[in-house]
Amino acid sequence: MLRIDNLAFGFPGRTVGRDISFALADGEILCVLGPNGSGKTTLFRTLLGLLAPHGGSIALDGSALETLPREAIARRIGYVPQAHAGYFAYSVREMVLMGRTAHLGAFGVPGRRDRERADAALETLGIEALAERPFTEISGGERQLTLIARALAQEAGLLVMDEPTASLDFGNQVRVLERLEQLAAQRITVLFSTHDPDHAFLCAQRALLIAEGRALALGSPREVIRSDTLERLYGVSVRIVETAGGMHTCVPSLAGRA
Amino acid sequence: MSARSFAYLATAAVLLALVALAFAVGRYPISLGELATVLASFVVDSPHDLAPNVETIVLQVRGPRVLAALLVGAALAGAGTAYQGMFRNPLVSPDILGVSTGAALGAVLAIFLSLGVLGIQLFAFAGGLAAVGMVYSVGSRLRGHDPLLALVLTGVVLGTLLGSAIALLKYLADPYNQLPAITFWLLGSLAAIAPGDLAIAAPFALAGLVPLLLLRWRMNLLALPDDEARALGVNTRRLRAIVVAAATLMTAAAVALSGIIGWVGLLVPHAARLLVGPDFGRLLPLAMLIGAAFLLAVDLLCRTLATIEIPPGVLTSLVGTPVFLWLFAVSRRTW
Repeated sequence: MLRIDNLAFGFPGRTVGRDISFALADGEILCVLGPNGSGKTTLFRTLLGLLAPHGGSIALDGSALETLPREAIARRIGYVPQAHAGYFAYSVREMVLMGRTAHLGAFGVPGRRDRERADAALETLGIEALAERPFTEISGGERQLTLIARALAQEAGLLVMDEPTASLDFGNQVRVLERLEQLAAQRITVLFSTHDPDHAFLCAQRALLIAEGRALALGSPREVIRSDTLERLYGVSVRIVETAGGMHTCVPSLAGRA
Repeated sequence: MSARSFAYLATAAVLLALVALAFAVGRYPISLGELATVLASFVVDSPHDLAPNVETIVLQVRGPRVLAALLVGAALAGAGTAYQGMFRNPLVSPDILGVSTGAALGAVLAIFLSLGVLGIQLFAFAGGLAAVGMVYSVGSRLRGHDPLLALVLTGVVLGTLLGSAIALLKYLADPYNQLPAITFWLLGSLAAIAPGDLAIAAPFALAGLVPLLLLRWRMNLLALPDDEARALGVNTRRLRAIVVAAATLMTAAAVALSGIIGWVGLLVPHAARLLVGPDFGRLLPLAMLIGAAFLLAVDLLCRTLATIEIPPGVLTSLVGTPVFLWLFAVSRRTW
């Protein structure tokens, strides 16, 4: 579905990262971990075709990403940005309907089928009750779910999510991760970034650790999320603890304590 | 009936009533019956037994003025609606990229060169297009910044430059003939519209209006952050260029016809948004209707309130300032 080889990426005139290679399989969840400023968002923007690659290649279903027009990319990759307040009071349903853009012509207006897709996406995320509420007035968690619903209405096989759990309360974080698993069960591929390594343990098949724009490790979360790799990434000491049910979790040790 | 269709019906009803009123009221009152007779005989080209001056007033004086008010009001409101969405800022008016300042410089230059009415209109129209063309080509070359911010700042800076050119021409102009004409033009007026002026301006205004109406749903995407709109499949650079070109055509045609009339393009989009929400598919046509009705009402007051004509720009700001503050107070975050 998506295959990147030796990718170098960055802004015009400034390369942020290089030597990134991986391929995504259908229905896989890949979690990207890395400290602030490590280049996660820039990598995602490059994979979405929003920034031109500085080297290497990105292939989407076999064709080079740069050669595809915007709406062709949008029909295959959905983007879930970090939740923002928005500028105008669009209703949640109107916001989700915008996910249909790539399926409409330039002069198109969403029709009955598009409305049904949007309503189905709202239902999948369990927020159909919010449909008529203004996007500017709902909570941060509800906005994040709305943006995921919009990406679902887009009917793309791959969803790229930039810190979908950032600024959410504990319950909403868990609910978003649950949705990711449900999506993967429907053969939708998910690429997401997070600041919490536990999220990778909870729902990802693979984790990609990025430090200063380079891949530090790529593999199953249990293999690559270790005390030493996390210390390299974040500069703090962490123990990985196995819980009674066979789950893994990270426990940081605060410096200066015995 | 939903609140939205009610908003449309009510606006259309008010607009029709205002049109009838605008034909009827004036120094020479005309009854609705006379109006209907003249219009009917104009349409089917049959003779009528009314005094000839009734026909002249309806077809040559009030008709062009009513049509011009409708056209200018709809154009300014439509362009303002498009820009407020595109710049994601409710305080933006159609002149943000310098179209009015450019048109003013063109008109002032034409007056300075002692050109006739047609010359003033053409210079104003060309000046408006040239100013926005300049702002757009400079602003979109400033890479590495937020593209919208670059455009707005270029517009502000170049607008100041054009403003100084206007000041210089006013300073050099003949103070007895040219300066009053310049002042009069800059205040804006619908008093001297001839049928021929409309025939020139209307096609340009429509050439801008039609693409905006066709793109009305897609324009919603421009209100999202740029990355999101692109990831949803929109070529935002191209769409923005089309919106700017269309809005500029409409505004330049309007300003060439009527001079500078402020507030319509800033105020009317807010009123429309309060009634039907931010979705452009519903918002844009309603804003155009309200803009047409608003400017028609303003012009009606301008020519009937006092023995001399009041410049419409003065009246729109008199009405606009308190209404704008009130809208802001009640609408909170619903723009």
